[in-house]
Amino acid sequence: MATQISPASGRDKFVGSAQNRVDGPAKVTGLAKYAGEFTSENLAHGYVVSSAITKGRITAIDSAAAEAVPGVLKVITHENRPSVAGEAEAYQDMVAPPGAPFRALYDETIAFSGQPVALVVAEDFDTARHAASLVKVSYEAQTPHTDIAALQDQSYDPPEKRGGIKTPPKPWGDASAAFDGAPIKVSEQYRIAHEHHNPMEPHASTVVVEDDGTYTVYDKIQGVANTQMYLTNAFGLKPEQVRCLNPYLGGGFGCGLRPQYQLFLAMLAAQDLGRSVRVVLTRDQMWSFTYRPGAIQTVSLGAEKNGVLQSLKHDALHGTSQFEDYQENVVNWSGILYRCDNVELTYRLSKLDTATPGDMRAPGAVTGMFALETAMDELAYATRIDPIQLRITNYTDTDPVEEKPYGSKALKDCFVQGAERFGWAKRTPEPRSMRDGKELVGWGMACGIWEALMMESSAKVTLTADGRLEVGNSTGDIGTGTYTILTQIAADALGLPMDHVTTKLGDTDLAKAPVAGGSWTAASSGTAVMKACRNVAEQAFKLARGLEGSPLANVDFDRIVFSKGRIEAAGDPSRGVALTDVLKASGQDRIEATETANPDKDFAKKYEAYTHSAVFAEVKIDEDLGIVRVTRIVSAIAAGKILNTKTARSQIMGAVVMGIGSALHEESMLDHRLGRFMNRNLGEYHVPSNADIHDIDVIFVEEEDKANPLGVKGVGEIGIVGTAAAISNAVFHATGKRIRDLPITVDKILAA
Amino acid sequence: MNRFDYVRPTTVAEAIQALGSDASARFIAGGTNLVDLMKYNVEKPGRLIDITRLPLGGIAEHEGGLRIGTLVSNADLAYDARIQTRYPLLSSALLAGASAQLRNAASTGGNLNQRTRCYYFYDEGTPCNKREPGSGCPAIGGVNRIHAIFGASEACIATNPSDMCVALAALEATVQVTGPDGDRAIAFADYHRLPGDDPSKDNSLKPGEIVLSVDLPARDYGQHHTYLKLRDRLSYAFALVSVAAALELDGRTIKTARLALGGVAHKPWRNVEAEALLQGKPATRESFQAAADLIVAEAKPQSENGFKIELARRAIVRGLEQAAAGTPQNQSDKRIQ
Amino acid sequence: MENAMLIDSGSSGAHAKIGITLTINGEKREIEVAPWTTLLDLLRERLDLTGTKKGCDHGQCGACTVLVNGTRINSCLALAVMKDGAEITTVEGLAGMAQRQGTNTLHPIQEAFVEHDAFQCGYCTPGQLCSSVGLMNEGHAKTREEIREAMSGNICRCGAYTNIIDAIEDVMQGAAR
Repeated sequence: MATQISPASGRDKFVGSAQNRVDGPAKVTGLAKYAGEFTSENLAHGYVVSSAITKGRITAIDSAAAEAVPGVLKVITHENRPSVAGEAEAYQDMVAPPGAPFRALYDETIAFSGQPVALVVAEDFDTARHAASLVKVSYEAQTPHTDIAALQDQSYDPPEKRGGIKTPPKPWGDASAAFDGAPIKVSEQYRIAHEHHNPMEPHASTVVVEDDGTYTVYDKIQGVANTQMYLTNAFGLKPEQVRCLNPYLGGGFGCGLRPQYQLFLAMLAAQDLGRSVRVVLTRDQMWSFTYRPGAIQTVSLGAEKNGVLQSLKHDALHGTSQFEDYQENVVNWSGILYRCDNVELTYRLSKLDTATPGDMRAPGAVTGMFALETAMDELAYATRIDPIQLRITNYTDTDPVEEKPYGSKALKDCFVQGAERFGWAKRTPEPRSMRDGKELVGWGMACGIWEALMMESSAKVTLTADGRLEVGNSTGDIGTGTYTILTQIAADALGLPMDHVTTKLGDTDLAKAPVAGGSWTAASSGTAVMKACRNVAEQAFKLARGLEGSPLANVDFDRIVFSKGRIEAAGDPSRGVALTDVLKASGQDRIEATETANPDKDFAKKYEAYTHSAVFAEVKIDEDLGIVRVTRIVSAIAAGKILNTKTARSQIMGAVVMGIGSALHEESMLDHRLGRFMNRNLGEYHVPSNADIHDIDVIFVEEEDKANPLGVKGVGEIGIVGTAAAISNAVFHATGKRIRDLPITVDKILAA
Repeated sequence: MNRFDYVRPTTVAEAIQALGSDASARFIAGGTNLVDLMKYNVEKPGRLIDITRLPLGGIAEHEGGLRIGTLVSNADLAYDARIQTRYPLLSSALLAGASAQLRNAASTGGNLNQRTRCYYFYDEGTPCNKREPGSGCPAIGGVNRIHAIFGASEACIATNPSDMCVALAALEATVQVTGPDGDRAIAFADYHRLPGDDPSKDNSLKPGEIVLSVDLPARDYGQHHTYLKLRDRLSYAFALVSVAAALELDGRTIKTARLALGGVAHKPWRNVEAEALLQGKPATRESFQAAADLIVAEAKPQSENGFKIELARRAIVRGLEQAAAGTPQNQSDKRIQ
Repeated sequence: MENAMLIDSGSSGAHAKIGITLTINGEKREIEVAPWTTLLDLLRERLDLTGTKKGCDHGQCGACTVLVNGTRINSCLALAVMKDGAEITTVEGLAGMAQRQGTNTLHPIQEAFVEHDAFQCGYCTPGQLCSSVGLMNEGHAKTREEIREAMSGNICRCGAYTNIIDAIEDVMQGAAR
């Protein structure tokens, strides 16, 4: 079991409550600076020229006209770039999948549409952009292959597995025979479109060349440690030569996990020109790297008439690039959410002429759970069993793959509380049985599941003579509220008001922490902060007890509390001393501690840790015209302890919005003849607008978990998982039409 | 964005003179479409003529109708009390389009002349007959769910993206222009053109001409009208299909019907035969279906947009129902009336 | 010609800048700009007013929304030279607006955004804020549905939409009291 680290204040005052974001004032006044907004003397601006073809090679680049524009410093191409690391391994970042990462301007080969082929560096942005339009690139093009459906017969089991990603378990039982023998069968194909993350902030990097020749790099990344590792390897630099920062990130959702090519190009140009360089990608260029890969899946469920699952098969195929085997966990969820004696899970990739896809909010789970939870709804109709009851019938409190109990799983509470809030009991199950004027009304539900992860993470905590606390590590606050929750944890740990605590993040000079992703940041950085605070508290107490005439002379550490900036004997506030006096009297200007937190191996040996959800959706669909409105979502979440009910609620609401986008709107459309995404802009790649979003009700059910001392499981991804299935199930309930192909656009509703 | 000269005339004569015979010169007012296209290198004007200081604003009474200056912003037009009272169809169409910010900036003349949202037109990495005449049309057989079902050619299947123009087509507005050869009035139906074999031309403006105003006739269809816009999300998206319906009723009998469709053709799509068919008929679903059937009978699908034919058929019927019932589509309440 | 037409020969190169006057957040500034510089790029690249964000640069996200003479527009699609003589308010100036109105250190909408957690990553936030103020200046949107529609020109990928509407309603109700 995890060592229980209780806050030295003896109680949670801020943790578990609704607190405003501590970075709120900076963000509403425009003072929060993002990677492309830092500047320096003599800053040059780079603009990327993107490939017009998808596959082939560059035969010539004519930069003369661009270079002739006054203010242009250089046009960097594969022909004239400075020397960089030659071996592909040097470009592998912390979360790179197996393969040889893309290397910008490395040679004449074109491997995907929009690949950078030149960087125009100029004195100002306008000049760089104008000159970029004058660079003439000639190509020898080959026929691209980007249609996953056409490449199904060339699929393969990735030979090298991606670290940290679960591979499909060995089948158990005999799923095919059990399916054949089952009285009730559902077997269907499900599809999801390619999606691009499209955070509001385009990717940007500013590389500042310092007077001493070192670099200060502001990068759009979900963890600056990854930026530093990438740059040191690719450019043969030492970590002390490259300080990387990213105090604010304008949205990541996974596309900021890996360093992207604008970082490489900015450093390349900075080294080449010996001056500071900023490179910002255009929105169009945001389609030239990672994306959630569209997938083709088949789910086959065999069940008894009473709904008990007899057979479960889930097969998934998605694309990857020609040069890396991106992998995500699409099918494993189907093996652990329900109990079934005959299970077969398979997962394959096909090579496409695109950039390497990547993690996008709840990678794999969004895809896989759409298929599984839609199939479960189909089974509910086939068996005429209520969808919630069907899920309870097949419920499991142990992980059937690992054969270990879940450390906690309050999914049944999600069903009960979610159904109650939604009014599920009033649902008439027959399709097309509920209406409101000209609109058909549909109510659907689905489950969500995501891993509760923790990664090794350090944090440094410093108590200064003025009684203030500084907390920090290198992870990023990607909009998730990390600044705020770490401030809450630290304030409670040392009995300080929150405004006495300053949290610093996103700087490689701070204690090392992993990238922010996987919903692991609260558990990882939170625990590290808690441990470091405990260390500081113990040091402060030792100093206090050692003071001449100390009122705490005979008190043990477990008999004191930290409260309102003082160390006091429990139950006797008169026996105490102010922290500022402790430091003053002991002649110290600070007490500091750096601690590293690791996942609890003992816990992991005995238990599995997942978050769960039950999502309920109401849609209203014009009967004639097929226009869908998602009028209500209730998302009941079991995610352990909720550190900040305000910011956590926002996390879930935001994930639900992205889930609505996935269900109804989002699709990067490829012209397979060109191998090119065609709707590369926010006007034609539709993400939900304000008018698309109605009521979203978030419930956090109580769940005690002991995987880490905080009892947190993370809330970044769980809110999106299952949302699309709940909506597609509601669409079926409304219309009687089962649409197994996301997004559910009006053409599919009319055609079904 | 390319380099260009910038000129800021203060009279129409200066503006026309500045345009001269320079084919690469462009007028700019709101800039919401032109600057957008310049950043994609689709438009590369050698000279920009800023017409925002010309005396071409304001809305005035004109021959029983209203004269809308070319510089009137989409927002000012939509919220003008006379427009809201007398031409609610136009107000509604404007409010169905773009965003509040864009409507604040975009001008009437600019909206009239806005260019297609065809993906290929916007992508200088692909051929496009509208952008580069003779280079081809990859939208045919490509990604074309947003493309035309009426009036397309083998050279171009792009659509006109305007909402405002669909309403103006139904209202039978007139476009007043002036140029080197003097003033002329263009009936709205003749203003935009079909692509034919020269899709580079969106409209019938001659070289050197400038739009002065859009004139609304006295007949305003203030009672029975609707603008129904169907799209891939509920706001801030271009129409897959839109319908501007305007009726004059005598009891339950249709005296006059005007109908224009958006998002389906290179110009706001009208079918005068269908309008004539409705005349004298009872305002019933059967009449509306007959008109809708007549209109979609000449529709031709592309590889991915066949659904638009059925969607258009149904939208026409609903739009006429809304208009007849006097319950026009509310542009904030996304429930379809 | 009565008024000499302002003519710039931009194609002649780097010297082709035009003097304009803008009042930005209450401060009158004489600025030389190239005709192709957008208001957004002028603010961000030249004047270090990076509060106004570039999300798409094509009028499709609203992150660049500023107030020009009190009206909200997309600054990415406005050429700075065409705004000669205008009053510009950016997110950096909203607090100043509140101070001039004698209300508080933050504009009420800024306080309401913090209180309602109407943002996460914060990148669309300056545009949302300016758009909210523009919406209230316009006075057309009154119901929740109308506010939603009138705020649909501001995309928030973090999905804070309902909190944004809560914040605006809060301020509108406060103003009505």
